[in-house]
Amino acid sequence: MSDFDRVRWHCRRGLLELDIILTRFLESGYPRLSEAQRTVFSGLLEYADNDLWDFVSGRKSSADAAEEEVLDLLRET
Amino acid sequence: MSLPTRKFDAVVVGAGGAGMRAALQLSEAGLKVAVLSKVFPTRSHTVAAQGGIGASLGNMGEDNWLWHMYDTIKGSDYLGDQDAIEFLCRMAPQAVYDLEHYGMPFDRNENGTVYQRPFGGHSSNFGERPVQRSVCAADRTGHAMLHTLYQRNVRANTVFFVEWMALDLIRDASGQVLGVTAMEMETGETWIFQARATLFATGGAGRIYAASTNAFINTGDGLGMAARAGIPLEDMEFWQFHPTGVAGAGVLITEGVRGEGGYLLNKDGERFMERYAPNMKDLASRDVVARAMATEIKEGRGCGKDADYILLKLDHIGVDKIEKKLPGIREIAKKFANVDPVKDPIPVVPTCHYQMGGIPTNYHGEVVVPGNGKDNNVVPGFYAAGEVACASVHGANRLGTNSLTDLLVFGKASGDSVIRYLKENPGHKDLPADAADYTMARLSRLDSQAGGESVFEVGAAMRRTMQAHCGVFRFPDLLTDGVKKIREIADRAARTEIKDKSKTFNTARIEALELDNLIEVARSTMVCADARQESRGAHDRADYPKRDDVTWLKHTLWYKDNDRLEYKAVNLKPLTAESFEPKVRSY
Ligand SMILES: Cc1cc2nc3c(=O)[nH]c(=O)nc-3n(C[C@H](O)[C@H](O)[C@H](O)COP(=O)(O)OP(=O)(O)OC[C@H]3O[C@@H](n4cnc5c(N)ncnc54)[C@H](O)[C@@H]3O)c2cc1C
Repeated sequence: MSDFDRVRWHCRRGLLELDIILTRFLESGYPRLSEAQRTVFSGLLEYADNDLWDFVSGRKSSADAAEEEVLDLLRET
Repeated sequence: MSLPTRKFDAVVVGAGGAGMRAALQLSEAGLKVAVLSKVFPTRSHTVAAQGGIGASLGNMGEDNWLWHMYDTIKGSDYLGDQDAIEFLCRMAPQAVYDLEHYGMPFDRNENGTVYQRPFGGHSSNFGERPVQRSVCAADRTGHAMLHTLYQRNVRANTVFFVEWMALDLIRDASGQVLGVTAMEMETGETWIFQARATLFATGGAGRIYAASTNAFINTGDGLGMAARAGIPLEDMEFWQFHPTGVAGAGVLITEGVRGEGGYLLNKDGERFMERYAPNMKDLASRDVVARAMATEIKEGRGCGKDADYILLKLDHIGVDKIEKKLPGIREIAKKFANVDPVKDPIPVVPTCHYQMGGIPTNYHGEVVVPGNGKDNNVVPGFYAAGEVACASVHGANRLGTNSLTDLLVFGKASGDSVIRYLKENPGHKDLPADAADYTMARLSRLDSQAGGESVFEVGAAMRRTMQAHCGVFRFPDLLTDGVKKIREIADRAARTEIKDKSKTFNTARIEALELDNLIEVARSTMVCADARQESRGAHDRADYPKRDDVTWLKHTLWYKDNDRLEYKAVNLKPLTAESFEPKVRSY
């Protein structure tokens, strides 16, 4: 539980765009992620807001295949 | 009850642009400085700012601080304090050069000078023609500013407490401020941060409205803490609404869309701005467009099954131009409005964007309160800067790009004031024995509440009430009713209950504590708006459509205690320039 709460807080961002998408994802996509994917997701949250938004909005893609896999789920959100 | 205590020369609450600029000033002076932030510093809301920083560098043509001052005063609808505005505009160029010196990657002209872009409301020669005054770093000005200031602070040994939430201000019997109580989210433990000077830079509170461009973190914590400690809040009736937030989501659609030829339609497909602003049409100033949209909706010409939004049409601009000139707009529309704007119009509504009011300060960033027959007595040890503060440079309406300027200028100025004060007042004063009692009582009330209210439901009721009763357009019956409703909601907020009592990253507890702050902001806004019987800047009353300088050229001060209101004079006397007398504001 506490791990989820930490992730949930890290979804609080400076950009409203991300607040909305990440909150939606926590409800819809996150519960279905594997352990490995959850670790990748936590890693994505370390990106600066603008970079993460570029990824999520599809303006840029990550060079890391595992990140891309989770980003694709975020992009559908 | 005593709590573990940390001691610093200065504690800065907030790591956005204002907090980090102030902290840098202090750390570079060799002081021991703590900066508390709910989130990692570079995730502060300042990151959202794209437009730029206003400063009369004159790199694109003639410009000077007096013209910038005129624009700011006129923009403020004459409610801004002219001493503070002169200070802002005179110091703005140096604030930009300082930032450049710290390594900010500003856009440049071919000759190497800093590039400046045009922005609404900024003019040369006292309103004669538009001037390019806004410095920027591509569309990432806020982001670049936060990163630059953060790096610099790390170098200067500022101590960051990340994911710490300040809970209450500590004052002694004389009223002097001696620090804050704060909770570490990771452990759920509460500490005392004892400080010789305390500086609030907690940003805005735009989340009091249902439709808001602000990130979720903007919960007005500094305002709540100040109000609970008996400090009044100034000019809380003044909130800027951005005309084009995506309906239902709030996400901002830049003014650039209308700049490139996009326009607004009502349910009849009419381009209604032609009626309201025949010359400027959809490019009229923010408050004019927002008001026109609100009128259309109010009179039943809104779109959709509830007739509650307006459409922003841009398909005629063409795919290529949209992709090239308006990057990111398509993604935003698709994600948050479910429409592709190259085919269909985007549903938008006027959306809460910026709070002009806040904790009353002078232009040194010192918090000032009335007493002993004087309007402005300094509260020893207490400072505020940025959106949480009211200096007041934005008065009744802020000019675009002037907020980032405000963060830099008053961040630095408040830092300088703290340095002066600490020189004159060496050593820590003893904490009162009950320093943390108030906070501990609040926390234990929350933990032991049974049969209480849901934080989510009370928050939703607050946001709906603010939106419906105290939006762009304000009607007397709705305001009177709104005051009653918001007081009832405040009573409910005092009885919130959380089911999860765990310690580690208990977001339910954090959100309950944030609601305690939001509700003070919402109540002050409603009460101040109900009381001000005129229309000025962003405060627009259907029953008093005109500005009334005879009765209302004054600042409102709201006290939490019984919703008491006082008023204080606007400072019409600049530092050196001649006074700008109130005139009719037309663009
Ligand atoms: C979408 C958007 C675009 C904008 N564009 C521009 C622009 O181009 N130009 C311009 O001039 N203005 C712009 N503005 C306005 C401007 O961005 C803000 O007014 C400004 O960034 C506020 O900065 P700040 O330093 O006061 O607060 P913030 O950047 O909001 O920082 C507040 C800090 O306080 C911390 N904090 C809050 N409460 C607590 C607590 N209880 N305990 C510990 N820490 C706490 C937060 O963690 C954060 O670090 C824009 C606003 C929006 C919404």
